[in-house]
Amino acid sequence: MNARQCDECNPGAAGIGIGAGKTLEYKTIMITELGHFSLILAFMVAIVQMVVPMIGAHRRWPGWMAVAEPAASLQFFLTAFSFGALMYAFVTSDFSLKLVVDNSHSAKPMLYKVTGTWGNHEGSMLLWVLIVTLFGAMAAWFGGNLPPTLKARVLSVQSAIAVAFFAFILFTSNPFIRMAVPPFDGSDLNPLLQDPGLAFHPPFLYLGYVGLSMAYSFAVAALIEGRVDAAWGRWVRPWTLAAWVFLTIGIGLGSWWAYYELGWGGFWFWDPVENASFMPWLLAVLAFGFSLIGTFIVRSGLLTSVHAFANDPERGVVILLILAVFTGGALMLFALRAAAMEAKGVFGMVSRESMLVTNNILLAVGCLVVFVGTMWPIVAEMAFDRKLSVGPPFFEMAFTPFMVLIGLLLPVGALMPWKRGRFGKTLYTLRYAAILAVLAGVLAWVIQSGRSPLGPIGLFLGAWVVAGAMTDLWSRTGRGTGRGRRLMRLPRADWGRVVAHSGLGVTIFAVAGLMAWEVEDIRVAQIGDSFDVGRYTLTLDSVQEGRGPNYFTTRADVSVADQGRPIGVLNPEKRVYPVAGMPTTEAAIDYRFLRDVYVVIGDEQDNGGWVIRTYVKPLVGWIWAGSLLMALGGVLSLSDRRFRVAAGAGRRREKAVPAE
Amino acid sequence: MKRLCATLATIFALGLLAPAWAVQPDEVLDDPALEARARELSKELRCLVCRNENIDESNADLARDLRILLRERLVAGDSDEAAMAYLVERFGEYVLLRPTVNGSNWLLWAAGPLMLIVAAGLGVVYLRGRARAPAVADAGLSDTEKERLRQILEE
Repeated sequence: MNARQCDECNPGAAGIGIGAGKTLEYKTIMITELGHFSLILAFMVAIVQMVVPMIGAHRRWPGWMAVAEPAASLQFFLTAFSFGALMYAFVTSDFSLKLVVDNSHSAKPMLYKVTGTWGNHEGSMLLWVLIVTLFGAMAAWFGGNLPPTLKARVLSVQSAIAVAFFAFILFTSNPFIRMAVPPFDGSDLNPLLQDPGLAFHPPFLYLGYVGLSMAYSFAVAALIEGRVDAAWGRWVRPWTLAAWVFLTIGIGLGSWWAYYELGWGGFWFWDPVENASFMPWLLAVLAFGFSLIGTFIVRSGLLTSVHAFANDPERGVVILLILAVFTGGALMLFALRAAAMEAKGVFGMVSRESMLVTNNILLAVGCLVVFVGTMWPIVAEMAFDRKLSVGPPFFEMAFTPFMVLIGLLLPVGALMPWKRGRFGKTLYTLRYAAILAVLAGVLAWVIQSGRSPLGPIGLFLGAWVVAGAMTDLWSRTGRGTGRGRRLMRLPRADWGRVVAHSGLGVTIFAVAGLMAWEVEDIRVAQIGDSFDVGRYTLTLDSVQEGRGPNYFTTRADVSVADQGRPIGVLNPEKRVYPVAGMPTTEAAIDYRFLRDVYVVIGDEQDNGGWVIRTYVKPLVGWIWAGSLLMALGGVLSLSDRRFRVAAGAGRRREKAVPAE
Repeated sequence: MKRLCATLATIFALGLLAPAWAVQPDEVLDDPALEARARELSKELRCLVCRNENIDESNADLARDLRILLRERLVAGDSDEAAMAYLVERFGEYVLLRPTVNGSNWLLWAAGPLMLIVAAGLGVVYLRGRARAPAVADAGLSDTEKERLRQILEE
């Protein structure tokens, strides 16, 4: 029916072009329809994979447990096909699909046709479930070293998550819904999403927090299994670490701060020495639970934010329900089984272990502060009948202390020996780092005069963390000669920890510097005017009108000189996307090692001038560099053979020290 | 940290598209000290028609009106507190991005410190327990566990 309607009213709608013939058109229709069917099939497979291996593991029936592996692969391939079909519809601008009509336009650049697939609620949920099944399939492919019952249970739990989201997609947000009458063209993707950074951050972000679903599945499976030991910790570690790396990259690409705060640390410093403690579960469960809460917040429209591009209370309620079942179920299991999994192993009040516990407490409380602050407006309105706001000033005040504490304790914790340590001794090792950090802070205090103390404090903290990480690395090389050689032969996990900690230090340093020393300038400039911002001189040379593939633009030439020496021409733009009816501002940035010059053009004034805003942003590039270092640290640690249980462990058994 | 992430977002993602023609040149006060105060206060005030933006960053007309109103109060000689109170009286506490510490709001502000005390208490109890755990536990892995670990490592 759809095919006929398409032919009659809009022969070229499928993006093939007039005269391309009906066969191609039918093929397009077929592919989309096949994508829909394979999504439903994947849902069915997921239900089987959820039920059969779980029963098999309980009854010790190998045949039933063995269902999990092929099912996980099949589920992934079916979902991948479905996602591919949707992407095909976007790329060929198949306007018989409602989703494509609502979020695409034939004149949109190809890059954003592709990324438009997930630049909307339905498509992003499909991406989400694709990644859930991807992780399930990876566990099936690479989990050969897991005991069969645990593996069956992990895959079953992972599939249960997939089932919930398949049902959610198919019943409330189906991306394959057709238009009865396909229009000639679509209404374009939100122009804000037509940006490389925003285009690619959802896949990374999802790889990160859906990756945490693996940790969740392992935790729940282990709870059902009723045993958790050193081996369990080893199996989970690569999954959480990989998820954390993706999360860091995703955030680096333009993330949402809440996830950042949850994701950044708990798993990083976590070593499975003291495996039966409750922290790993709580954090894994919490992390995944919070990622679900995040989805709920975004999708429900309960809280308004720029991220809430799909506002529908009904969907929100469904996600809340999923959240309640999964977190509630896991916590209940934990309560039931906790006693059976009594922790073993002794460590002192002052030890690496206790520092890890402290770290987790600080992270968890910081996380709670963010959570309470985010939800408070709803609570206040429902419970106390007060309509109020909780904004950045609150979060800055309430959350920063926890981060500062973590920063202060980080080098101490990293240098503290396992089992039993002494504060004095560890602090003595750090004496040079401390002196360096204090010097850096004092220097910054002296150079700047009369400005906020934030810069010096941040500089002190950043230098402390970086120098602490270096001390950590150096102290691993032992004593005497040959330390340089031993440095290169240190395990990658040590390098990873040091690199990631340094990254955090660099980022702290950069944020503090940016907040304390940013220079801002707002003015009306006539064509030909020159003005000074900090040490830079800017000249507005000209302003032209122009047009891009799917927008009109007003573009300025602003030449920048550094103390009289020209360093380039910046082209800030103002765009209007006529189809979406939205203006956007494209800032022009001169990237430098120590500072960026950032120029934005505003409205034309009655007297012919233009509003120009200029910022000199010191150290911003370092924020990014810090995040990259953190991600790199994660990758290094992940590549440490001691933690890839399956790979090469047999050959180099003597390296496999279970303690660290 | 919030600022960090906001900054991150601005730089990587919104850097190229932030609709940032917020404060207009014609609004800026002649007295730099007064203007600096106005900018600081603007960051604490919500643009009522926007999605979680302060009036300093927003380019909505209402935000502009609020900015001008705030500056008028400051020029008239109001203290920071008086100017804020003036705005709260007209627009409700919804306009404040930093909630006041009164009534039920103490719960919001105390949530972090309270939770820290509780968690630290639990942590200390837990750590003490572990420090005093019977020496048997020092035996490390049980035989079955050792066997399993050995199997895993050999694979």
